[in-house]
Amino acid sequence: MAKKKAMLIDVSLCVGCNACQAGCKAQNGQPPNEEKFLSLTAYTALSKYNDLYVRRMCQHCDVPTCVSVCPVGALTKSELGPVSYDGEKCIGCRYCLQACPFHVPKYEWSSTKPSIRKCTFCAARLAKGQPTACSEACPTGATTFGDRDQLLIEAARRIGAEPGKYVPKIYGEQDVGGTSMLFISPVPFEQLGFDSRLGKTPMPLLTMSALSKVPNVLSVGGVLLAGIWWITDRRTEVQAYEASEASKKKGAAIQPKDDA
Amino acid sequence: MRLPRLPHVTGWRPIATILILAGALAATARFTLGLGATTNLSDAFPWGLWIGFDFLGIGLAASGFTIVAAVHLFHAHEYEPIVRPAILTAFIGYLLVVLVLIIDLGRPDHFWHPLVMWNPHSVMCEISWCLMLYTTVLSLEFAPIVLEKFNIHSPIKWIHAVSLPFMIFGVLLSTLHQSSFGSLYLIVPNRLHPLWYTPLLPGLFFISCIASGLSMVTLESLLFSRNGRPFLPTHLQAKLAKIVALALAVYLVVRIQDLLSRGTLHEMITLSYYSVAFYAELSIGFLIPFAMLLFEKVRTSQTGLYVASLLVVLGFAFNRMNTAITGLEHYPSQTYFPSLIEVFIMLGITAIGFCAFSYIAQYLPVFKTAEPEPAHPQEEAPSRVEEPLFVASQWDDPRPS
Ligand code: SF4
Ligand code: SF4
Ligand code: SF4
Repeated sequence: MAKKKAMLIDVSLCVGCNACQAGCKAQNGQPPNEEKFLSLTAYTALSKYNDLYVRRMCQHCDVPTCVSVCPVGALTKSELGPVSYDGEKCIGCRYCLQACPFHVPKYEWSSTKPSIRKCTFCAARLAKGQPTACSEACPTGATTFGDRDQLLIEAARRIGAEPGKYVPKIYGEQDVGGTSMLFISPVPFEQLGFDSRLGKTPMPLLTMSALSKVPNVLSVGGVLLAGIWWITDRRTEVQAYEASEASKKKGAAIQPKDDA
Repeated sequence: MRLPRLPHVTGWRPIATILILAGALAATARFTLGLGATTNLSDAFPWGLWIGFDFLGIGLAASGFTIVAAVHLFHAHEYEPIVRPAILTAFIGYLLVVLVLIIDLGRPDHFWHPLVMWNPHSVMCEISWCLMLYTTVLSLEFAPIVLEKFNIHSPIKWIHAVSLPFMIFGVLLSTLHQSSFGSLYLIVPNRLHPLWYTPLLPGLFFISCIASGLSMVTLESLLFSRNGRPFLPTHLQAKLAKIVALALAVYLVVRIQDLLSRGTLHEMITLSYYSVAFYAELSIGFLIPFAMLLFEKVRTSQTGLYVASLLVVLGFAFNRMNTAITGLEHYPSQTYFPSLIEVFIMLGITAIGFCAFSYIAQYLPVFKTAEPEPAHPQEEAPSRVEEPLFVASQWDDPRPS
C-alpha cells in the first residue's frame, strides 16, 4: 500500500522568499506575479506575522470537510493524501467554499462555466513518485516533502532537540482529524492566524450525527405516522358505529342529530 | 366578526408583469455574464439572498405537509377545505425553489448530477433528493385536482389507492429536509455566529417550520375568504392558533435553554449588530406572536390572527435570513448585501408564484372541495359585499351563499 505523503512546514526556517509560490505557479501555468492571498492564480501564499511567515494552502485533511459536503463527490481524497477536484462533476453549489475550515477553495466567479480552484498537492507529480513543486523550490528546507509518518517523527525530533525554539505542538498532527500539511512554529499557532476554535474532531462528524438519523426518521417515523393514521381512523370508525347504534336504539321517531 | 380590510391589490397584473419581465432580464444577465458580474457573492460569501429565499420558500410551503398530515394522517377532517389550497401553495413553492436553486448553481447544466452521483455524507445531497422526491409526491397529491377538472376518473381512484403510503412518505421527506436546511450549517461552527450556531439547528428548523407552516394555513384561510367569511370556521382557526402557540413555546424554550447552556449569555447581553438582529428575530417572530396567541380574543379575532400569523411568518423569514446571512457576516468580517440582479430575480420568481396560484385557482377546482358552510345570516352576513382579495375575485364561488 502506498504510504501517505505530507509536507512539513517549519515556520522558524521560512525566510519569506516566496519561492514556493513561484514554483507552484510555474508548475500550474499561472502568471508569475507575487500574491499575498490565496486566489484562483495562487494556490499557496505567505502570510506575515511580525517577522514570521506562514504558508497557506489546502491542508489536504485526512477527513476533509470539503469532500464530505460535496453533494456529487466532485472532491475526493486519495490514498496518497491529495484531495482532488473533478470539474466535470461539480454543480457549483459552493458548499465546499462555505464549509472548508481553512477557507481554501476559490471560485471562478467571472466564468459562465466556473470551477473551484485550490492547491492540488501536485497529485500528478505524487503519482509519478515526485515531490511537490513548492517543496522542491524551497531553498531553506522550511517546506519538506515526504511520508507522513516519517515527517511526524522528524517534526517531533526537531521540537525535542530544541525545546526553547519551538512550541510543543505539531499543527496538523491531529487538528480537524489530522492533515497532510504539518506545521511547527516558534510561537503559539493562534498568533499565526490559525483558528484556535477548530478542535481535533473532524468537522464531518458534526454533520454525521444528524445524517445518521435519516434512516431512523424514515423507519420509526413511517411506522409512527401509519400508526397514528390507523388509531385516529379507528376512532372515527368507532364513533360512527356508536352513533349509528345509538340512533337505532332511539328508534325512527327521533331524527339523528346532524353533528357535522 | 368581520374580515379586516385586507389590502386588496388593484393593478397587480401590471406590477406582476413588470416584476416578471425584470426578473427575466436579470436571469438573462446572470446566465450570460456569470455569477461574479451579476451578484455580490464572493469567496468569503459564497451563499447569499437566494439561499435565504430557498429556506423561506420551503419553510412557508410547510403548510402543505402539516395540513396533509393533520387531515389525512391524523384524521382532522374538519380542515379538509384548506388542504387543496395548501397543497397548491406548497407545490408552487417547491417548483420555484428548485428554479432558484438551479439559477444559483454555478453549473446549472449539471443540476441533475446529485441524482446520479451520490455522496451519502453530504447534507446537500440529501436535500436534493428530498426536494426532488417531495416535489414528486406533491405533484401526485395535486394530480387529482387536474384530473377532476378534465373528468378523468380512473387514475384518481388509482392515486387514492396508493395515497396513504405516499402521504406518509411526503410527511417524512418534509421532516427530513426541513430540518436538513439547519444541518447544512452544522459543519461551520467556526463561521456561524454563536447566537445561531447550535447542534440543535436541525431540530429548531423543524419546530419553526411547523409554526410558520400552520401560520401560513391560517393566512391562507383568511386571505381566501369570501364575503367576509374566512375559509375555515372561526373555531378551527382558533385551534390551529393554539398549535402554533405551542410550537412557538417549544421553540422558545429549546432555543433559550440551548443558548444559555452553551454559554452565549455574553453575546446575548452585549449590544451589537448580531444581538440586535437576534432580539428582533426572537421578539417579532416568536415572543410577540406567542404572547398574542395566548389570548382567546386574539385566537378568535380575524385581525388578531392575521397580525399574529404574519408576525410568525415574518419572524421565520428573519430567522432564516439571519442564519443564512447575518450570522455568517461574523467570520470573514465581511458584510454582504445582495445586488439588484439578485433581488430582481427573487422578486420576479415570487411574482411568477403569485400569478401561477391565481391562474391555477381560477381554472382548476382548488377550492371546490369546500363543503357548504351553514350560513348564519344574522351574524355573518356583511353589511355590504366586500371586494374579495385579488385572487378570489376571479373564481366563481362554488359555495352557496
Ligand atoms: S483544507 Fe479545506 S479544501 Fe483542503 S482538504 Fe481540508 S477541507 Fe478540503
Ligand atoms: S462547488 Fe462543486 S466541488 Fe464544491 S461542494 Fe459544490 S459541487 Fe462539490
Ligand atoms: S503542493 Fe503543488 S499545488 Fe500545492 S502549493 Fe505546493 S506546488 Fe502548489
